[in-house]
Amino acid sequence: MAERGAHVEVDQGLKSELSKQGIFTTTLEEVYNWGRKNSVWPLQFGLACCAIEMIATSMARYDLARFGAEVFRPSPRQADLMIVAGTVTKKMAPQVVRLYNQMPEPKYVIAMGACAISGGPFKQGYNVLKGIDRYLPVDVHIPGCPPRPEALLHAFMTLQKRIGEQSLASADRPRHLDPDAPSEFPLPKFGEHDLEPASNPEIWRPPAVSREA
Amino acid sequence: MASDQNPYVLILVLLVGAALFGLAPLVLAWVWSKKFSPRKPGEQKNATYECGLESKGDAWVQFKAEYYLYAIIFLIFDVETIFLLPFAVLFTRLSVGAFVAMLVFLLLLVEGLAWAWQKGVLTWK
Repeated sequence: MAERGAHVEVDQGLKSELSKQGIFTTTLEEVYNWGRKNSVWPLQFGLACCAIEMIATSMARYDLARFGAEVFRPSPRQADLMIVAGTVTKKMAPQVVRLYNQMPEPKYVIAMGACAISGGPFKQGYNVLKGIDRYLPVDVHIPGCPPRPEALLHAFMTLQKRIGEQSLASADRPRHLDPDAPSEFPLPKFGEHDLEPASNPEIWRPPAVSREA
Repeated sequence: MASDQNPYVLILVLLVGAALFGLAPLVLAWVWSKKFSPRKPGEQKNATYECGLESKGDAWVQFKAEYYLYAIIFLIFDVETIFLLPFAVLFTRLSVGAFVAMLVFLLLLVEGLAWAWQKGVLTWK
């Protein structure tokens, strides 16, 4: 065993050696994360056409139930995954942020489709938010217009992998175990011309443009 | 063994087992949430959920209980008919007590019918 800070790490080589001899070893952390990642309950909410693909993903052909995530909850109180499926208009953005704030910890966000990650084909529009990651901490981005159900499944598996790798005592611990992680994100308000603030500087900064002289 | 005296003891044991099987996960989840999950409350999180919108006004509003009229009419024309059929079939063999009991039942429903009639519920508009 290798000591790393206050956190005791299991030697992976020893573990693999034992498993070759038919001895299964695990840690409480792994069991905890295994349980968490296999029962992620998404919030039942769709914004635009991507939601149709999300619905298709939950149906028999693509069968999101294989991953333990078929229980789409109609209330944020029971959900821990927000799939932002579709165009987020500026009118809708405060509601999306409020829904996220009302979800219990730990919670995750998948931004599905070109609109949710960047504004997509409506990026030049005056009324479309150019990516929900301006206000919410997005865990997985899916490009595509709309992404096929396989893409959503892949994003979901990526999220599961992330949850499984989160260690409970390190800096990468889940939000609910981090006392410094904010419990709520500030709601944007309708200003004279735009949402105010236009983004949450804590989690998103405009990319710096560097021009050669 | 206790089951020699009373065969129902086994059923009681199974019943307690079944109840524990259902209750134990709930209790465990409750203890886990009390003991291990840190609280992260917030103003918006504790607010009333209204599809993401800010809730306006009071949630304690009164609903009109107008459905009771349908309940009364249903009792008169549906439930009463079910009781009237055996009443009519066995009419000659009924004791006086049963006859009076049935009359009271009928009277109560006829009262409701008269009331609904007088309210104008029976007129097709």
